[in-house]
Amino acid sequence: MQTTTSQTIGPYWHLIEDRSWSDLTRFGATGEVITIEGTISDGAGAPAADACVEIWQTSPTACDEFPGFGRAATNEAGVFSFKTIMPGPVRGPGNTLQAPHLAVTILARGLMFHLATRLYFDKEPANENDPVLSLIEDKARRNTLMARQTKAGVWHLDIHLQGDAETVFFEI
Amino acid sequence: MNEIRAPFRAYAPGTQPDNDSPQYRSTGLRHPTRPLLKIPQTITELTGPQFSPAHFPPTDNIAVNGTHEAVGERIIVEGFIRDEDGRPVANTMVEIWQANAAGRYNHPRDTHDAPLDPDFRGSGRVFTDSDGAYRFITIKPGSYPWSNHANAWRPNHIHFSLFGAGYATRLITQMYFPGDPLLELDPIFLATADAQARNRLIAKFDLDVGKQDYALGYRFDMYLRGRNATPMEDNHADHH
Ligand SMILES: [Fe+2]
Repeated sequence: MQTTTSQTIGPYWHLIEDRSWSDLTRFGATGEVITIEGTISDGAGAPAADACVEIWQTSPTACDEFPGFGRAATNEAGVFSFKTIMPGPVRGPGNTLQAPHLAVTILARGLMFHLATRLYFDKEPANENDPVLSLIEDKARRNTLMARQTKAGVWHLDIHLQGDAETVFFEI
Repeated sequence: MNEIRAPFRAYAPGTQPDNDSPQYRSTGLRHPTRPLLKIPQTITELTGPQFSPAHFPPTDNIAVNGTHEAVGERIIVEGFIRDEDGRPVANTMVEIWQANAAGRYNHPRDTHDAPLDPDFRGSGRVFTDSDGAYRFITIKPGSYPWSNHANAWRPNHIHFSLFGAGYATRLITQMYFPGDPLLELDPIFLATADAQARNRLIAKFDLDVGKQDYALGYRFDMYLRGRNATPMEDNHADHH
């Protein structure tokens, strides 16, 4: 049987929202605690105020204290925020090493199929040889995945669903 | 090579909706205009969150609030979650949310002039058993108007959220009801080109799923991406 067809998450998905899920340290994880914050905007530059953002990271390895997964809603300004543990590098295809990253899924009204992208950390030397970033031929567009440090422990990424600054989205 | 490393199969052509679906107006400014970049499935995509009922307590009966029964036609919805090869997806979290019997969501942004039901919150969470089976007790959601086009009404539906074995198996979908005349008018339902695929979103009425003197029943099975037989590493020449 073929995979079930996707449908939009719609504007009322907050009925399953649990705000504590945006804090991946809530079960007692220890490590370098960081804040990931960002915005989501549409092709007209308007904030996507009803989106669901999910993150998944395989470093540190998920365990009872660390779910590896988080979910957050965007607010009226299209802003989302997570508290998590800074990931380290993980292995990639073949003998490659992937730079520290988070997988990011965007679900929203107006998206029939969720969008997949990643968040990397600006100025991380391992980005240069990351096997996924390297697939983005237009080097300028690699920046659409780069979170910038705005202050100690805080990383910011603006996600553009459409337009000149459109984020690189993946087929996986 | 551990089986967990085998990549998930590509979706069958036409079975998934296009984000550029102009009949569904909200897609207009939200769908990416550049082609998606195909990336290899790495550990990040091949693994995914595992939720434990201890951290994420289940609620399987959302038709009742304490001892107060929600208004509406009580229904039982059950089914299997399997992969494309028919293997059970065991112990996976299933989330649902929906409008109440009058077609109103218990949500601040739902402005539809239909009554809220204090005994219907509208969301639940369960885990599949070792056979991939899940079951909810709820009420049949009402249809509701939306602003997509003149006199637009969504067919009755229950929203579903599934995770499966990996980040790459994430599925958000909607379950519809058989015989709903709004289905063929609904741009969200129609956004998927393959009619057989979208028709599989329609649950099957099944008296045996229901319970005498208690509830009607619907069966809704869902399928998540299966894995290729070939382990991931063999798909990449750079390994050798
Ligand atoms: Fe809905």
